[in-house]
Amino acid sequence: MAQALTEDLWAEQDTTPDAIEAALRELLRERHAANQTLAPARVLNLVVVVDSDWKGEIANRLQRVGRYHASRTVLCAVEEGRTTLDARAVMSYEEPADGAGLAVMREEVEIDVGPEHLKHLETIIDPVVIAELGTMLWSPHGHDEAIEALLGMVDVILLDSDDLLDTGEAFDQATRLLRSGYVVDLAWLRTTPWRERLAASFDTSDRLAALRTMCRLGVRHRPGSNASALLLGGWLASRLGWRNGEVSIELEEVDQEAPGLAGVTVYCGEGLSVSLDRGRGGLRLREEPGGRSWQVLGASRGEAGILGEGVRQALLRDPTYGPALAAARRLAT
Amino acid sequence: MTAVAPQHELENPLIEGLERLPVHPTALVIFGATGDLAHRKLLPALYNLAHEGALPERFELIGVARSENRHEDFQQMARESIQRFSRTKPDADVLEGLVSDMRYVPGSFDDPKVYTELGRTLSEFSEQAGVELNRIFYLSTAPQFFPVIAGALRDAELNRDERAETRIVIEKPFGYDLESARTLNASVLEAFDESQIFRIDHYLGKETVQNLLALRFANALFEPVWNRNYIDNVQITAVEDIGIEGRAGYYEGAGALRDLVQNHMLQLLALLTIEPPASFEANHLRDEKVKLLRSIVPPQVKGVHSMALRAQYGAGVVGGKPVPGYREEEGVAPDSRTETYAALRLEVSNWRWAGVPFYLRTGKRMPRKLTEIAVTLKPVPHLALRSEGSIGVQPNQIILTVQPDEGVSVSLGAKIPGPQMRIRPVIMEFRYGTSFMSQSPEAYERLILDAMRGDATLFTRNDEIEALWGIIDPILTAWHEDRHSPIREYPAGSAGPIAADSLLHQGQRWRKL
Repeated sequence: MAQALTEDLWAEQDTTPDAIEAALRELLRERHAANQTLAPARVLNLVVVVDSDWKGEIANRLQRVGRYHASRTVLCAVEEGRTTLDARAVMSYEEPADGAGLAVMREEVEIDVGPEHLKHLETIIDPVVIAELGTMLWSPHGHDEAIEALLGMVDVILLDSDDLLDTGEAFDQATRLLRSGYVVDLAWLRTTPWRERLAASFDTSDRLAALRTMCRLGVRHRPGSNASALLLGGWLASRLGWRNGEVSIELEEVDQEAPGLAGVTVYCGEGLSVSLDRGRGGLRLREEPGGRSWQVLGASRGEAGILGEGVRQALLRDPTYGPALAAARRLAT
Repeated sequence: MTAVAPQHELENPLIEGLERLPVHPTALVIFGATGDLAHRKLLPALYNLAHEGALPERFELIGVARSENRHEDFQQMARESIQRFSRTKPDADVLEGLVSDMRYVPGSFDDPKVYTELGRTLSEFSEQAGVELNRIFYLSTAPQFFPVIAGALRDAELNRDERAETRIVIEKPFGYDLESARTLNASVLEAFDESQIFRIDHYLGKETVQNLLALRFANALFEPVWNRNYIDNVQITAVEDIGIEGRAGYYEGAGALRDLVQNHMLQLLALLTIEPPASFEANHLRDEKVKLLRSIVPPQVKGVHSMALRAQYGAGVVGGKPVPGYREEEGVAPDSRTETYAALRLEVSNWRWAGVPFYLRTGKRMPRKLTEIAVTLKPVPHLALRSEGSIGVQPNQIILTVQPDEGVSVSLGAKIPGPQMRIRPVIMEFRYGTSFMSQSPEAYERLILDAMRGDATLFTRNDEIEALWGIIDPILTAWHEDRHSPIREYPAGSAGPIAADSLLHQGQRWRKL
């Protein structure tokens, strides 16, 4: 059914966190008066800290995550030289065209802040997020000062270890943040289909025995996706309890459009190897000896899908990321 | 080469933390593959599983039906079904990857040659894969073929394979009364063990229904009042504004009681009232459901008139449009006694629920489409507040809506603003769909995947089927034996026959539709 988008807006220059929070309450009150079926079921706050010049690009990425949007998104745009707060709030509702059914609500707040606000950013953000709801922080352009300020009030940190040129530094940062909260790493999520398929390929009893004889791992990845490649290696190392040097790992850069992995080959004893390669409509799986090859179906999630999955993961807890990250750090050195 | 010591001798160390667990390579055989269910639900569900990468890494599909088609015809039909009914826009490459390997076996379901061809094709698939594929036979046919197909699979020795799992999925209706359900159970159990049989009620695959368990067992808020001490009555409503939509052939033989009460509505009642299971392992949950269903004392045939009521819709107006009465619908006998409306009062005779009436009602051509459970709490024991000058203090209600919009509402008493202490009811509504992460998989996606995994939690066990029919059977018998008294009629578009009020205890009323 076609959806009608209704948006209620509020904006103010040189404003305060209290005024923003009051405006959000008023927007909800007005909307509820107009539509008594509106009953927001809120799940998650998302706080995003970005460079002002790139806020449009980040806002577009967040728009494309579809249904996996946070209940309330607070985007802080950091602008050089700014000393006051400007803010804009939008409450939008997707309602079925016939007026029946659910009104799915998004609450989006943009706050323009200056560098001097970052040190105590929590005093600006805390009144604006929905209290007692889980809060995820994403700071794709660095802004370490803001991250430090907000660590005490957020539950989950979203990051992308593939974003930093120095993979070792990216892993160090993820390790540090992991001590303060739960980390969702988009580089890790890019490996999910590969991990699922490797787990499936070794899920029979004879293959489980072969898993113990793994001796070499080849990971093919797009340039700039070293972190994803190393995290996949780290995952195998941590799950299988590899000791240093027991299994050789070869990373190979290959050209491909999508960020992340292009292929994986696992070599085991007695000549067994399992290769997965990105193909049209899923992964191409090839086994040796025997040369059997077939397609494992699955549509690409795309980067928007990965980010949406990142938001969804705020409510889940994957116990294998931490050990995989620790092993990947060792592999990176 | 360096060997690495295994962490677990038998378990796959790679599966921890994965949301999507491995599924053994599987061949799915759909009997009735050209039928409406396959067309609208099963094939689109399989596509969506493929789209999300949830199918086993080796997956093959064989369609079996009577019509003479080539593999290519079936593939084209599947392609068109998926393009039309898939909840996600099909990715061309995934669609072709799924469809291009589909096979089709034409023939009558009692023809041994069909099963010979089926066996040959299954072996061929396993050989190609280099691993024995698990087999799932999905019976999406008219119910009279269930024992025929099960028996033919046994005769062709396709019912068991020492090298892989074999399962049979059976669509509803599973029987048309207690005796036929027992007979069907017996004939299917001659060919398959109970652990191989997955009786599907797609209602249980709905996220909404599973959320009922989450609501009860993940929230301490409700459980303390979930008993006879606090609950006055429960109403389960499943009504539709549509009529029989050209399905007279099915509906004339079924009626409202078999169509919705015997399966979906009693399942809702069971999930609403069961004791907390030790775990959500298949048999723990199903044990609790069977225990509960056996606590519902079936009526005596002669006492049915005091606890159940049936009716047919007459001509009326729905949504501003005049519509014909049931007996004027195409394919319906002019003297049909099939009920399009049924209302029941049941009691659960156990420690928790003794004395609480459970009212169930279902009907076609009602004012709107609605499935809900309304739990009405007892009034407060003493009212210190004034009730004059207002509509007064109403009992609290907890409303669990299954469709169209899944959610929970709680009615509370609140003060009317003003100088006096007067009370009004206000409704606090929560809708799952207004939160993020709300795109639910289709029920069939969940259930097909569960069948492939061998997880029977959301499927109905043989003793459960018989317990369900055991509650309904005396009512069917009473109504069948009553061939002369006139069938009550309610105008299409109305809330049902007024006589249904007679089932209610004093002071109670049906919720407005």
